[in-house]
This record gives sequence, structure tokens and C-alpha cells, in this order.
Amino acid sequence: MEALAALWDGAFGSPFAFWSATLVRATPLLLLGLAVAVAFRAGVLNIGAEGQLLLGAAAAAAVALAFGDAPRLVLVPAMVLVGALAGAAWSGIAALLRRRYGVLEVISTIMLNFVAAAMVSWLVRGPMQEPTRVYPQSSSFADAAHWPFLLNGQRLHLGFALGVLAAWGLWWWLEHSAAGFRVRAVGGGARAAASAGGVDVGRTISRVFLLSGALAGVAGASEVGGVTWALYEGLSPGYGYTAIAVALLARLDPRWILVTAVFFGSLDAGAAAMQRDAQVPSVVVQIVVALVVLTVLAARYVHARRLAQRAAPETA
Amino acid sequence: MIELGVLLLPFLEASLRTATPLGFAALGELVTERAGVINLGLEGAIIAGCFGALAGAGLGGPYAGVLAGIAAGAAVAMVFAVFVLALRADQIIAGTAMTLLALGITGTLYRLVYGAGGAALDTPTLAPWALPGLSSLPGLGPVLFTQPLPTYVLYLLVPALLWWMHRTGAGLALRAIGEHRAAAEAAGVRSQRSRAAAIIFGGAMGGLSGATLVLAQVGTFNEGMSAGRGFIAIAIVVLGRWSVLGTALAALVFGAAFALQYLFQAMDWALPYQLFLAFPYVLTLVLLALLRGRAAAPLELGRQD
Amino acid sequence: MTIASALALAGIRHRFGHTLALDDAHLTVAPGTVHALLGENGAGKSTLMRIAFGMLAPDAGTLAVQGRPVQFRSSADAIAAGLGMVHQHFALVGPMRAVENVALGSRGRLDLTATAARMREVAARTGLSVDPDAVVATLSVAAQQRLEIVKALVRGARVLILDEPGAVLTPDERADLDRWLRQFCAGGGTAVLITHKVREALAVADAISVLRRGRSVLEAPRADVDDDAVVAAMTGEALRASPAKAGGAAAIRGLVPTPSAEPVLALDAVTLRDARGVTRLRDVTLRVARGEVLGVIGVEGAGVRELLRVLAGRLAPTTGSVRRPLRVGFIPEDRLHDAIVPAFSLAENLALADAGHARGRLDWRGIRRATADVLTAHDVRNGTADRLAAELSGGNQQKFVVGRERRVGVDALVAENPTRGLDLRAAASVLAALRDAAARGADGPAVVFHSTDLDEVLAVATRVVACFNGGVREVPPPTDPEDRTAYARALVGTL
Repeated sequence: MEALAALWDGAFGSPFAFWSATLVRATPLLLLGLAVAVAFRAGVLNIGAEGQLLLGAAAAAAVALAFGDAPRLVLVPAMVLVGALAGAAWSGIAALLRRRYGVLEVISTIMLNFVAAAMVSWLVRGPMQEPTRVYPQSSSFADAAHWPFLLNGQRLHLGFALGVLAAWGLWWWLEHSAAGFRVRAVGGGARAAASAGGVDVGRTISRVFLLSGALAGVAGASEVGGVTWALYEGLSPGYGYTAIAVALLARLDPRWILVTAVFFGSLDAGAAAMQRDAQVPSVVVQIVVALVVLTVLAARYVHARRLAQRAAPETA
Repeated sequence: MIELGVLLLPFLEASLRTATPLGFAALGELVTERAGVINLGLEGAIIAGCFGALAGAGLGGPYAGVLAGIAAGAAVAMVFAVFVLALRADQIIAGTAMTLLALGITGTLYRLVYGAGGAALDTPTLAPWALPGLSSLPGLGPVLFTQPLPTYVLYLLVPALLWWMHRTGAGLALRAIGEHRAAAEAAGVRSQRSRAAAIIFGGAMGGLSGATLVLAQVGTFNEGMSAGRGFIAIAIVVLGRWSVLGTALAALVFGAAFALQYLFQAMDWALPYQLFLAFPYVLTLVLLALLRGRAAAPLELGRQD
Repeated sequence: MTIASALALAGIRHRFGHTLALDDAHLTVAPGTVHALLGENGAGKSTLMRIAFGMLAPDAGTLAVQGRPVQFRSSADAIAAGLGMVHQHFALVGPMRAVENVALGSRGRLDLTATAARMREVAARTGLSVDPDAVVATLSVAAQQRLEIVKALVRGARVLILDEPGAVLTPDERADLDRWLRQFCAGGGTAVLITHKVREALAVADAISVLRRGRSVLEAPRADVDDDAVVAAMTGEALRASPAKAGGAAAIRGLVPTPSAEPVLALDAVTLRDARGVTRLRDVTLRVARGEVLGVIGVEGAGVRELLRVLAGRLAPTTGSVRRPLRVGFIPEDRLHDAIVPAFSLAENLALADAGHARGRLDWRGIRRATADVLTAHDVRNGTADRLAAELSGGNQQKFVVGRERRVGVDALVAENPTRGLDLRAAASVLAALRDAAARGADGPAVVFHSTDLDEVLAVATRVVACFNGGVREVPPPTDPEDRTAYARALVGTL
């Protein structure tokens, strides 16, 4: 009980807790949740958001460090752009492997996660290490590379705004644009989309894969630009996997992802407090994540059963 | 040159040792996949086996640890089986969820029981055991026959599995379920039972893999120490074209890939060590792309009910 | 003294969710007879037989084999009791060899040499021979069916249940099968024939049972019934024996469209090799004009599938040229996977047809209006623009698909077995829609129509071509419209 009280306090107990802890923790989950959801809508199982985030973070950090004296108005968008491109490039590898060689993307994206972690480990101990060569991290970014805050006195930063924009944009795109409809069609029935609609399934899948990676890359840029202001290992304590739960719980709807991202962000913020004040390990959050996924699966089964009963019988 | 030659035999011996957990996991997944089910929860079974082995060994010695590891892996698979067989969940999503769940639970339990801090834990281990007579055979004798017990179990498992799959009615039934489930049912095979058994066997093998990792290879427990081996095992099955011998061979190749790290340490090459960390994963991707094995997959693999 | 029946089901009731599939159904089969179980698609025949074979447990009712009451927990029990089943879609494992398929289901050690010996023994006894070492996927359709029978006989089946056996056979192969069945029964075996084709059943059966909407409505010796009585029992109305006959035969004689000058669909020396390098179409040259209904016949594997898809623009030829309009309507055989997305609404399914071409923003209001139009025009029951496609019955789904494709296929329309699995009424509706499309003559589309039911094809088509082994040949109309030999020969390539 004490643990739950600490959890709530840590997440919603004060304006600081909400704006600076919960929403800031929610930001990467929002962007990653969108990345995962858009891919899942097309039937692409992108489990590599973790690695794509790291690549985006590394690329944005590289730009921030190399061009630290550029004006903020130029540097910040550059970081966003480069982060997106790096993330897309990383997911693009998995997309290519799937398209050309038929490699299951679940396996390739997970493999790439490990490779990305190794890359960052090398970067922060090698070419991007801070000048004293003592700590495995990059130098701190110049002020111009600090992403603008959204509220006075709070840590909520541009990344969250980008996430909200992306959520609405993605929702509109999926519901009202032809390209978004193609994505949904491929996810709903790729054979029917190809046969009845003449949709180029391969091209649609590749494009969604790239979009997904780009969003994840922006999440990475957002973390280094808005929160850490440096590159180091362990930037993402499993955000890419939590994002799967964020997306599934929201039934892959971008508008609901806003809500579920905040929910998981609150768990994250509260968990830190829970560990500090009530000595419950924060890893508990990971269990909640997995339980959410399993519950969603069970609920889907019940829903599908009901649908099947409502439907008229096929020929016996 | 001489240096490399001296290191070759120890390298092979290390490769066999590191291949053993991969071999167990891959062969277990092979049985599951021949029944038409892809279990991405294998990674979860492995880490569960790791933790189970740690707990069991602490309570009753290394052999108790092995049994506890097997049981833990089987338990993970049992939950997966319920979701996939009874609730008709999508295999890939359910499997991924199981892995996340197992990683989270083992991490939490580890911190709760053994304290956060990650101090290297001493655990009773299974030391290499030289087989009398065989280990003094010239050439590969010492390499093959001075291994920890699990490796010998693997040597026996391969022919046993081969025999079971191709020379028994149950093995034929399993293969039929994976190719055409309706046909198997029509011939009187109880496919749900067989699939459940195959899934649990796969999980038990995953648990054994984790136990071997802790007790016969690393000697301690770290959070997330499975490090993607479950997914590599799945790739091994693909590369082995879903055959027992192919899978065993592919496991050996990846064992060598992991053992490269030790070679690197000994050879003192001027390369970043992260390269060797990443190598097994890159190798997986490259081989999967080059050897395009998907065409040989059991026809029912992954199909949702 | 009453002889025990070979197979008897009584009082069978079974529910699938909300639907009552079988309601007090019964079947009594005398030993040594061929017994036909007739019923429309959806009447419950397959469900009843799956219960008889132990694949389903009924909610209520009893089973008896050779007079003894039994309860089956799985098909293994049924097989042990002497039942054997030849499934409509063969229950054979394609990548495995014939002998492995026969051995499937046995326990303990596997002895394939012994199984092969038993197969040869059955072959000697009955004349049904299949190479034990052949990989099943390479066997012809008739050979696969033989294998199913051999499998049942090796297991000692005395009662054989055959589910729509004639559906995949040429007329000659069907005659062979009928002959064999009579032989089997003369030797003491019993056969139950499940079919919806009245003529087929009456040709070979000793006794008839009819199921309608899950209930048994007729059970009598063959000698006591005729065509019309059986059809009346099947449909509950005095409808003509098939939608074909319902005012359709006139299509060949009466409806002569004004041939348009320029063919809308044209194939020239088209050859198609599939992904594995197997030639599916050989040097095909074909023309179809507006207002024509080109009937296509052919057995599985003959190239019909590929021909239809090349005409519809869904497959590209390996060599040769295709001239077709930009958009061709296509009604594929596998509706659930190739035509609709079951989880989408009907409006979304309508939008699906344009998905590949659409750009920019979608006009949902317009799409929903168009959907409502299609639903009314094609009498789709239970349908609204927002209803999920999965909630409609198969017949209504198909009517929707036909309506959608007619919108798309203003110039050309290709239909692949569109009435498969539909009940008589829905089938009639679909055929009427196709005829209606063609009736516009030079202002309407060219229609290409394939069905495995020769009657249907003949009722609707103005011209017939047959596929055999990748080649396409025109079948000239016979002088006597009831004479089917030309078509039968074309199907096996001996025309």
C-alpha cells in the first residue's frame, strides 16, 4: 500500500511531478508508441524501436557536438531531421532484409537492437567520448542544442509537442489519406489489398517501416536534446519494448496512444519514487508492461469470439 | 601464426561449450516449430532457466539448479501455450510478451532476493569432466570429451531427437501437424495435445539452455544475460532448415561466433571489443539473408487458429 | 429379422455459437449400399458427417456402427470402429510421401516398409494403386483421391464416407469412381456419398437422404424418388433443379449479343511460368469482346486460375502480350482472403477497390453513398456502409463483391467460381448479376466466367473455352445442347 501511495505521488502528486516527471517520461513512449503502432497497422512487427532510438540519439548527438556554435533555430530542427534519418536508416536495414531476403522482421529488428547498443558503447568510449577520456559518455551539448522547454520552470520540452503533433497527424493520415488507407489495408488483408485494390504491398510495407524508424529516431533525438544533453549508454531502459504495450493498449489508435503513453509515463515516474521511498524495484514496471500485453491478447480473444457469434454461419 | 595454431584447439573447445546452450534452445525450438508454432518466448524461457538455476543451485547444488532451470523454462512455455492454444492469440505477439514478462520477473526477483548492486554472485558450477579413455583420443579427443556434463547430454540428445522425429509414429504425427494440421486431425492425431507437448518441451529445453549458461559457462547471474540467445536460436532453426542435424551444425557455428570474444582477448588484436560483442548478431542477419531458408519452413508455422 | 445398419445417426443436434447447424438430424445407412446424403450448401451435410467421423461431438443425439452404439472422442476412435473418410479438400500432407500419409496416426515404432506392403496388398485387392514413395503434392487430383481411399482401406474401413468426391473430377474420372463404389459395396462395404448435385447422386445411389437447414426431410430408397421430388425436398420449393435451368439455358440459344468490332480483352502468345518455373499457360491466344460471356472450364491445375488472373491484370505473363482495359473487375474464388478485408467495414471494402490508385484525401462521404447504392442494387441483406464485412453471410458478402467489381469492371469483368459455397438463392442472384452485366451488349463489359459446375457455365456462357495443361481451346457448341461429351473430352485434353 505504501508502495502504491509513493507511486501515485511520484506521478501526479505535484505540478512538478506531472509536468516534469510524468510527461517527460511519457515523451519517448509517445513517439515510440506511434512508431510501433504505425508499423503494426501494416502488419510489420517492428520490435527494433529500441535500436532505432539509439541511432537517432547518436546521430543527433553527433550533430549537436559538431555544430554547437550554430544558432538554436537551425541546430534543433537539424537534430530532429538527422535523428529521423538515422532511425529510418536503421529500420531500413530490416525493411530491406525483409523485402529482398524474406527475413522475419521480428528477428532482424531485435538483432539490430543489440548491434545498436554495441555501436553506442563504442562511440561513447571512442570517437565521441568526452575529452578527459574518463567516463563512457560524450561531452555535454552546447546551449544551442538544448531543446526549448514548453512551460516555465518545468522540464517539459519540445519533444512532447512533436509527439502530440505526430499523434494527430498520424491519426488523420491513417483515416483520411489514401496512403494511410493503403497501410491499413495491407495490415488488414495484404492479399485482398493486392488483388482487389492493386496495392503494391512490398512498397507500402517498406515505406511504413521507414516511417516507423524515423519516428523512433526522433524519440532518440528528443531524449538527448531534451533530457540528457549528452550521449551515454543506457539511454533507453527498455522504452522500445514498453512502447509495444503502449501501442497495443491503445488498440493502435494514435489518439489513444497519447493517453497510454502518459499512463506508462506515470508508471515510470512513480516507479522511481516507489523505489526510493518504498524500496520496491522499478523493474516491476516491466512486469506491468508484459501483463498489459497479455491482458490485451486475452481481451482480443473474447472480442473475436463475440464477433464470430454475431456473424452469420458459413456453409456447413 | 604459431600463436593461432596453439589457440585453435582451446578455441574449438570453447566453441563447443558456448554452443551447448544455443544447441539446447535451438533443438527445443525446432520441435516446437515442426509442430507449427513459433515461440518467441524462448528468450524468456532461457532467462527463466538462468534464474531458476541460480536459485536451485543455491538451495541444492548444481544438479538441483539444472532441474529448477528446466522447470522454470517449462513454466514460461506453459503460459505461452495457454495463450496460443486455448485463447488463439497471435503467436508472435504472445511470445514477445512472454519474453518481456520473464525478463521483468527475473530482474525483479533477482534484485529483491539478492539485492540491487549486481555484485558477482558465486554459484556452484558444473566443471568440465574428462571422459576416461575418450578424452585421450588423439586430435579432437580432448576438445570433444573434456566438456561439462550438459555438453555430453547434447551429444546424446541429437541422435535421440533424430530417431524420435523420423522413426516413431509420434514424430511423424508432429511433423504432419506442422505441415497440414487438418490432415493430421483427420488421421486421428490429437493435434492440440501434441502441440502443447511440443511447446512445453521447447520451453524446458530453453530452461536447460539457461541453466547451462549459468552453471557451466558464465558461473553467475546477470539481468538480461540471455542477451538475445533465444532469438539467435530461432534463427539457428531457420538456418538449419528445420532439420535436427542442420540445427546442431548451425548452433556450433554460432557457438564459435560467441567464442570469438575469448579468442580476441587472448590474441590482443587492435580492434574495439564491441565488434566482437556485435558479431553474433550481425552474423545472424548476414546468414539469414544469404541462406534464405524460409522456403523449407513447416507450412503451418505461425498460422493462427 | 432386421439387419443392423452399417451406420446410424439419430436425433443429432448441434449448435455453432448462435446458429443451430443440425436439429434432430438422422441418417440410417444399410450395409452393402451406396447411400447419398443430399442438401444445399449450408444445409448441414458436412457437419453431420464430421460428427459421424468423430471430428465433432454433437450436443445431442446417438451414433451406432454395425448396430452397436458408439461415442467417438476423436477421429481415431471412428477409424478404429471401421469408418473411413475421403475429404472434400483432401486431408493429405502435401510435402510427405504417400506411405507416410497412410502411416499417419499409428502409434509406437514407425515401420514404413510394412505400410507400403499393406498398400500394395490393397491395390491388388481393389485395383486402387498409388506409388507409396510418391510425394503427395506431385500426385494428380484423382490419384490423391485414390490415396485417401487406400488410406482408409489400409486402416480396415468398412464404411466409407466421401465428401463431394465428384467436385474435383472430370466426368470420366467420376464414372471410374462410381464403378469402383459399386464394386466396393458388392464386396460387403458401405459407402455414404455427400453431395449437392442431384444428378450425380441419383446416378449411383441405392438410397437417398436429404437435409434441409439442419433437419432430415427425406430418407427413401432410390427407386422411390425422382429428380423433382429430391430437389423439392432440398429447397423446400418447387424450384427447377438448378439455377442453370431456371431460365438460363436460353442464354446459349437466345441471347446473341451484338458483337462489338474491337475485342476488349486480347491475349497473344501468352506463356506464364510460375515462381518455381512450372509452365502454367502455354502460348495462349484469345479474344473477348463486349457483351460476350466467355465460359472457362478446366480442372485444378489446368491453368484456369492463371488465365483468369492474366485477363484480369492480376498476373503478368512471362512472354507474350496482353491488351486489356486499365481496370478489370475481378471476383476471386477465395473471397475471404483475396476479395475483402473481413475486419473492415463495407465502405472501407468498397474503397479497397481503388486503394492502389487513390491519391490524396479520401472522400468518405462519397464512398459511403456509393456503398449504400451497391448494397441496394445487389440485394445485400443485413448490410449497411458501416457494418463489418465479417458480419455478413457468405452469400451477402459475395453479392457485395460482385456489386463492387461491376462498378470497377465497366469494360471487363472476370469471375472465378463465384457461386462456390453459396446456397441456391445467393448463387442464382450472383449469376443473374453476371448475366445482367453481359446483357448490355456492346455498351457493357466483356465477361469471363469460370465455374467448376459445367451446368452453370453452359447456362450463362455465349462461348466456351477449356483449359488443359496450360493450353486453351475453344469448344464448339454441340448440335444437341444436352450432349456433354465435347466438354468432357476438352477437360481431359482429348477433344
